[in-house]
Amino acid sequence: MWRLLGRKVLHLIPVLFLVTLATTAMPDMLKLGDSSATPVAPKITMDMKPEDIKKLEHEYGYDKPLLERYGTWVKDAVTGDFGTSMATDQPVIDGIKERYPVTLELALAALIIALGVAVPLGVWAAAKAGRIPDKVLGGVSSGLLAVPPFVSAILLVYLFSVPGVISPVFPNLSTDLGTANFIDGLEYLWLPAIVLALAEIPQFQRLLRSDMLGTLQEDYILTARSKGLSAPYVLFRHALRPSSFSLITISGLTLGRLIGGTVIVEFYFGIPGLGQSIVNAINAKDIPTVQGTVVVIAVGYVVLNALVDIGYMLIDPRVRAR
Amino acid sequence: MSLTQTENSLGLTESGVETPGEAAAEIKGKRKKAGLLWWFACAWLGIIVLMVVFADLLPNPYDQPVPDASAHESPFSSWPEFLGTDYLGRSTLSRIAAGARTSVTVATIPVASGILIGGLLGLVSAYFRGTTEAVIDIFADALLAFPPLLLLLMMSSVLYPPSVWTITLGLAILTVPGFYRLTKANAIAQSKREYVVVAKAMGARPGRIMFKELMPNTVATILSYAVIVMAVMIVAEGSLSFLGVGVPDPEPSWGGMVYKEKDNLEDYPGQVFVPCAVLFLTVFSLNVIGDRLRSKFDVRDSNL
Repeated sequence: MWRLLGRKVLHLIPVLFLVTLATTAMPDMLKLGDSSATPVAPKITMDMKPEDIKKLEHEYGYDKPLLERYGTWVKDAVTGDFGTSMATDQPVIDGIKERYPVTLELALAALIIALGVAVPLGVWAAAKAGRIPDKVLGGVSSGLLAVPPFVSAILLVYLFSVPGVISPVFPNLSTDLGTANFIDGLEYLWLPAIVLALAEIPQFQRLLRSDMLGTLQEDYILTARSKGLSAPYVLFRHALRPSSFSLITISGLTLGRLIGGTVIVEFYFGIPGLGQSIVNAINAKDIPTVQGTVVVIAVGYVVLNALVDIGYMLIDPRVRAR
Repeated sequence: MSLTQTENSLGLTESGVETPGEAAAEIKGKRKKAGLLWWFACAWLGIIVLMVVFADLLPNPYDQPVPDASAHESPFSSWPEFLGTDYLGRSTLSRIAAGARTSVTVATIPVASGILIGGLLGLVSAYFRGTTEAVIDIFADALLAFPPLLLLLMMSSVLYPPSVWTITLGLAILTVPGFYRLTKANAIAQSKREYVVVAKAMGARPGRIMFKELMPNTVATILSYAVIVMAVMIVAEGSLSFLGVGVPDPEPSWGGMVYKEKDNLEDYPGQVFVPCAVLFLTVFSLNVIGDRLRSKFDVRDSNL
């Protein structure tokens, strides 16, 4: 088992290397597509000559070869220095620190809502398998699966026509929400969190339903029922726990995915999180910010996935044995 | 289990969460019959194909205002522009039809190249195993390490200026690791079967085993997943365009149409909801067809 664990960690190293190298190579890819493009675009003014641009590129070190730049980048990154934003001249890490809590809270709230709705529905569907409630839920969830988050965002805003739910709500939240506590933030984040949760509910519901169907075939469920225990009691007390194993695993993976997937709702609802800063940075051609933010999210995602894998291994002896 | 894991790790197949339990339940219960939904889905995709083919024959071009119409005419108020006009007075019908071309482009080309490249690598990996597999795995894992939308955003910040083709390229790169893993998992399962062992014993070369033995037996599974990945691609392009970093105006895209009109939601909801509805129906149809194909061709079914 330790060998397996070691292999997992060893595997992480080249993956992290490639992920960080790919983001360092962004300026080179830029040149690849259009040789007149430059990574220092936000700094360029109308009266600049090509030589000035070259000088600027030299100043920022973009004229050095990729591997050398990568070395410098890694050295800086381990000390928490992700470079300086081209657009705002602020250290990239400051922006990330400010915005990270917002995105994390949004993702967590979405996950909690999704589980809160999907677990009872999944249990219900399994209990009524093949009958009308199950069929209705199945239909609704395959319908929901086809609704992209930006469509559900627009639809919900329109249906509830919540006054002022878009942009005006976030005046100077970037300094506000990060330090404000979780509950205060929820006042702003409940609708975006529901939008994110809507995309996850059908998957959670389906997963729990199918795992539950397996559990309900077990003899001990029959025993519990024949002891005269009520159906809801058996479902929630006896069947739910052994069936929720893969759901818990998926929840861990989903959290990682949600942190990277909040871009759309952050953009639409004007939430000052990491996703919004990426979109803004792309529009401002601010490569260091895109780089730093992408790396933080991607590395977090990789590490979280590995932790989930390892946790899975620790809990489930069958995985350990393989 | 390995297949379920592959599905989840695809990170793309949103509807892909299905466990062996469910697959077994499906076999025992009902072989799903081609119901109303299936025919509806086929009919809708037929309409999309017609739009793609005949987009140029529509009465008004997609990039010019309709001559005697005002901006923001609501849907279902006139003929032949029964879907109304947008903020510049352009025909929504023509833009939906031309947007269908964008959607079909971003759905088919990335999926085809994903199948080709990912499938080939998957076969190689499944046949040789060992170091070859480990090396390719690391690249696939690195690509999968980025949340998909983030990778697309990153690419759209360097592939400049954005167009249908840069997005198609980005999506193509995105699909490779998913198809790679899927092909590999399926081909490894096949390579343990007797017919492959026999072929090896008869002295068949690697190329023959990969393309004549393994490939024909994995292709059905791959293709049924491809339909669902197409739906994911359409959503991805829509999302990028919705963020304003996708297909730029005046080139039409369903997501871009929503992006341009989203601030007029309260006054002109029709202009927002027409492209939303078209997008929903298309994704839904692809999901319905993909799910059905999958339950038909899935190895887990045919093995049991």
